[in-house]
Order: sequence, then C-alpha cells, then structure tokens
Amino acid sequence: MNYAVYTPLLLALPLLSFVMLGIWGRSYLKSIAGIAGTLVMMVVATISIVIAWQYFFVGGQLDGVYQPIVAFNKTWLSFDYKQLSIDIGLLLDPISVMMLVVVSVVSLMVHIFSLGYMKGEDRFGTYYAFLALFTFSMLGLVLSANIFQIYMFWELVGVSSYLLIGFYFTKPSAVAAAKKAFIVTRFADFGFLIGILMLGIQGGSLDFLTLIERLTNPQSDAFLQMSSAGFMGISAITWALVLVFAGGAGKSAMFPLHVWLPDAMEGPTPVSALIHAATMVVAGVFLVARLFPIYHFNGAALDVVAWTGAVSAIFAAVVACTQTDIKRVLAYSTMSQIGYMMFALGVSDFGGEAGLGYTASMFHLFTHAFFKSLLFLGAGAVIHAVHSNDMQDMGGLRKSMPVTHLSFLIACLAIAGMPPLSGFFSKEEILLAAWEKNKIIYGIGLLTAGLTAFYMFRLYYRIFWHKAHTDTHAHDGGPAMNLPLILLSILSIGAGFIGFSHFVTTDGKPFDTKLHIAFSVAPVLLVIAGILLATLLYRKANNKSMSLRTSLGGLYTAAREKFYIDELYQFFARQIMYKGFGKPAAIIDKQVIDGSVNGIGKGTMLVANRIKGLQSGSIQHYVWIFFVSALVICFIMLYWWLA
Amino acid sequence: MVPISHMLFISTALFFIGMYGLFTRRNMIAVLMSIELMLNSVNINFVVFNKYLYPASLDGLFFTIFIITIAAAEVAVAIAIVINLYRSHMSVDVNAAEELKY
Repeated sequence: MNYAVYTPLLLALPLLSFVMLGIWGRSYLKSIAGIAGTLVMMVVATISIVIAWQYFFVGGQLDGVYQPIVAFNKTWLSFDYKQLSIDIGLLLDPISVMMLVVVSVVSLMVHIFSLGYMKGEDRFGTYYAFLALFTFSMLGLVLSANIFQIYMFWELVGVSSYLLIGFYFTKPSAVAAAKKAFIVTRFADFGFLIGILMLGIQGGSLDFLTLIERLTNPQSDAFLQMSSAGFMGISAITWALVLVFAGGAGKSAMFPLHVWLPDAMEGPTPVSALIHAATMVVAGVFLVARLFPIYHFNGAALDVVAWTGAVSAIFAAVVACTQTDIKRVLAYSTMSQIGYMMFALGVSDFGGEAGLGYTASMFHLFTHAFFKSLLFLGAGAVIHAVHSNDMQDMGGLRKSMPVTHLSFLIACLAIAGMPPLSGFFSKEEILLAAWEKNKIIYGIGLLTAGLTAFYMFRLYYRIFWHKAHTDTHAHDGGPAMNLPLILLSILSIGAGFIGFSHFVTTDGKPFDTKLHIAFSVAPVLLVIAGILLATLLYRKANNKSMSLRTSLGGLYTAAREKFYIDELYQFFARQIMYKGFGKPAAIIDKQVIDGSVNGIGKGTMLVANRIKGLQSGSIQHYVWIFFVSALVICFIMLYWWLA
Repeated sequence: MVPISHMLFISTALFFIGMYGLFTRRNMIAVLMSIELMLNSVNINFVVFNKYLYPASLDGLFFTIFIITIAAAEVAVAIAIVINLYRSHMSVDVNAAEELKY
C-alpha cells in the first residue's frame, strides 16, 4: 500500500473541509454544511481504518516486529547549528495508527451526532468548520514525525478547542472558560517549548526516531552531553523530559493544571465528547508514549509521570463524587481516567511483557475514547431533552429515553470496569502493571476504580431513576443522535476483546497477555460495592445521601469546592502576580519609563517658552542683538590679542 | 593740514548717527538712509587711513569705490523689497512686518 499517497490525504481532506466551510459555511454551503462535513469525515475514517488494517494485518511487520514507517518527510527549516532542522513529516507506527482510528471514528460519530444536536443552530456551518479544523489538527498531531511539528499541531488543537469552547460566545461564562482553557494550556506549553529546545539543542535533532535512538544509547554524544549538564542537581535530560511532560500535563488536565477542563464544559456537548474526552485531552498521554523509550531511560522523569497520574486519578475521582452538573462529573471522570493512563505509563518497563504498562495505557486510551465519548453524547442527548445540565432537573428519564438510557448504562458499566465490557480489560492490565511495579500506586488505582463505579452510577441513577418521571416532553433524539450512541455502545462492549498486546507494545514485538482471574477479584468486587452503594443512595430519592454527606462533613465540602484549587489559582493570580508584580511593574512603566519620555518633552517646552521672546519679529530688535554680539566678540578678540 | 583725529571724529560721528537712525526709525526708507550713512562713515575711514598712513598706495581708495558700487546695488534690492512690502502690507513701517515671530 502506498502510505505516501493516502496518509497526507487524511490531513488534506479535513483541512479542505475547514477552508470551504469556513469561507462559505454561512452563505452558499449553509444548507449542506453538516452533511458535507460528515461525508468528508466518513472518507477520512474509512482511509484511517484501511491504513490501520494494512499496517496491523498486512504490511506493518518485519520479522515479527512492527516497524515505524515514515510516510512522508520534507525539511522545512534548517539551521546551521548541529544540522538541526524542522521537518514536516508523517510517521506511522502502532500508536499513531491506533490514534488515527480513535480520532477519526470518534470524530465521525460526533459529526453525525451534531447533525441532530446542533440542528437549527445559527452558526451551524461555522461549527462544522471548527470541527474539521480540530480533526485536521489532531490527525496532524498524532502523525507528527518531529517534536517541533507536534508542537505546532499541539497549538492548533489548542486553538480549535478554544474556538469550540467559546462557540456560544454571547455567554460570558463560555468566553471566560475558553480563555481559561487557552491560558492554562498555553502556560503549560511554555514548559513544553523549553523542553523541546533543550532536546533539540543538546540532542542535536528534533526528529522523534533520531532523538529516541540517540538518547537511549548511553554511549552517544547527545546522551553524554545531556546527562552531564545539569541544573539544581538534576540532569538536563531529566529537566527536558519533565518540562515536555508539563506540556502534556497541561493538555491532559493533570493535577494541578486541570482547572480548565471542568470549565471547558461550557462548549457544545458533542464538542466535549470529541475534544475534552476522547482525543485532545489524551494528547499528553500520547506525547509521553511517543517519547516513552527516552522516559524509560530516565527513572526520575518517569516517576514524575507516574505520581502525577496517580494523584490526578484519585483527586478527580473524589471531586467527581460531589459535583451536580452532569458534564462536570464527566469532566472529572475524564481527568481521573487520563490519570490512569499516565500512571500506567509511569509504572511501565521497556521491552516484551515488562512493557505491559505501556500497552495497557494505550489500551485504556483506546477503550476510554469510545465509552467516554458515548457518555458525553448520552449526556448531550439528555441535555438536549431537558435543557439543563443539572442533576436536580433530571430523574426518571429511563422510560422516555430508552436508547439513551441503555447506551448510557453500557458506558457506565464499561467505565466502571465490569467484565466483560471494554473498560474491564484495559483497567485490569493497568492495575496488573501497577501491582508489579509500585504497590502504593496500585492501591490508589484500586481505590479510584471503586470510586469511579460509585460516581458513574450516582450519575446514572440521578439521570434515569431517582424520582418519578415528570417531564413528558423529554424523548430520545432523532436517528442522527441515536445512531452514534448505538455504534459507540457496540464499540464500548467489543473494544475490550482486541488483544492489544499483539499490536501496541513498547518494542513493537507482540506478546500474549493472560487474564488472571484471581487478580481480577479485588477490583471487580470493589466495583460492585461501588455500584451497590450508589444504588442504595440514589436509586430512589431518599435522605441517606444527605446523612452520609453530614457525616463526611469537611471532606464533602472540600470535595464539592474542588479542594479549592481554583481559589488557590485566583489567590496566586490576584494577590501575588497582580498585586506583587503587575502593579509595581505598571508603576515603573508609567512613572519611570513614560515619565522620562514625557519629562524630556516637558523640559523642552519649558525652555522654549522661556527663550521664544527673542524671536520678536522686529528687525530693529535683531539689529540690537547683532550689534551687541558683535561688540562682545570684538572685546573677546581684543582681550586675546592683548593677552 | 587737518589732523587725522578730526577726520576720524567725523567718521565715528557719522557711524553712530547712522546707527541711532537704524535703531530708532520706524520708516523703512529712513532705515535704509541710516545704513547708507554707516557705509559712508566706513568709506571715510578707508580714505583717511590711506591718505595719512600709506600715501604711496591706493588700496583704500579702491576699496571705497567697491563699497560705493555695492551700496548702489544693495539699495536697488532694498528699495525693491520695500516696494513689495508696501504692496503687501500697505505700509513701510518696520513693525508692520512681524509675521516671522515665534
């Protein structure tokens, strides 16, 4: 198969769709914008699946090892320094091909769903243009062959996320959320950029494959240089990797850079499903996985990844138990699941079965994309029906929305990790990998699994059970909204049966994973306990949850207020940055810098006012001055002559 | 023979009379006449010094002739300026033309 022809097409088609819909989406193409965007996405998804099929089952292996294939590479900018160059390239390897399928399939589902959800929207064409821009950027991100190229697409997904969060730009909260998302991730990307520059300058290359080759070889010049140079007792390579991870943590909403994700739910719900659940937010995981051989060579950086992931997972799970906005619950759940993927990478080793954590992380990314986008789309259908985000306005919807109810239940079971749904398999592998490397992280993961089951079923019961059915207007969305729900339900059930370790491994060599029944007992029991507790508290309206809330006291309040992280940021921004640095800087700017410029002007004016009387316009006055001056000069000359 | 100091007294007196006129007259023509007085006092100076100090040479006399010629040309230009000024300002008062002040 000619990858060089088909792979660039994956980028060209959504870009073309974006340009066309962006220019004519509000005029000529208004009536067909949605259909056109969806058709383009259908083609893209088909090509992705064909490429994946070719890669995994036909031609990707060489001697039983999956080879990275550079489908296209062209030097864009080259520098004299160390033959450094910024290339534009397309790299196909197991993780990027897997991501291609995830991104294009979820994007297609969201395109179809939006046909129903966004119908009648004023800026329907613009919405599809933004979706196409996002798909283009995300596909470019996963296919990047070069760390600088990934950075460019990284910023592009940031922009499209910004545009889509702020889609309802007449709502002040949406505008604030869009700005917050952009600023927080941009702040993290600053670290990413420094990391890229360190890797590029000291490693002497920006190309992923070259970088990995050099920095995993202890004899290479680049490796020696980067591990001998250091700052504050930490070697340059650790710094570079931690800074790159900071960029990834910002995009993936890892603690403490997660604050933008819950607010990003201001965007249209299908957008949350696509960007803030399935694809863009896992870019950080993808980035770490892309550089995994280097991370693995550097234990300290990998520990940072593992602990950030573990803390985020448990933190978000606790907060998710107390939120009442259904999209926020899902946002925290996303953060928690991404924390899972992160710590799975963090506890992984390299090569063969020791690389189980890596495989499990990618597996969880794959399955999570389907059941989480299904949850979001289901929530979208519910919001579409009841016109509210709040749990208080829902309840008893199971009879009036059967398709949504069933698919939501499947997704909840999948994310909770009930066998044999997809979430069970990926979560088991992650826990197994954690168990072998770090018992504390395993414990955190286990607890998080129980909490996940609890808060997902709390959500489920509050939406579909809890109180008697009152709203007779609520009903399932049309076929455009039901079809993606059904397809994603099938994927959520079936995705777990893929033997992921046959395709995605650290070194490209397939291996077999076994299901350890004895090991699965503890997590599954905990999940069942979580579900039972949620059933007890929320299946029918009762005051048991209230009494639990009072007995938890301060912990409950703290969790409901998201552990005051937002307030902490506010304090830091207002009190320290604004009052401590911003205001003094403004004073220096206004008084010293502007002051000196204005002072020169004022001084000139003052002197001019004093001496302008000399220019009287009267000739005789000038003659006087001339005469007196001549006399003075005469006397001076005379004095010199005589002396 | 008249002593040199008498001659120099006359030329100095003429110069300061001219200067007084230059400073005080408001009429442009009178100002011009004052300038002529000052020029002529200088002419007298040249002639006198030539006659009394270097009777053998004629340099001072030649200088005087040059000055008279240039003065004639200068007056022609100055009168033209005065006429134009009169046309534009309807006056030959020096104070009438003071547009070029600050």
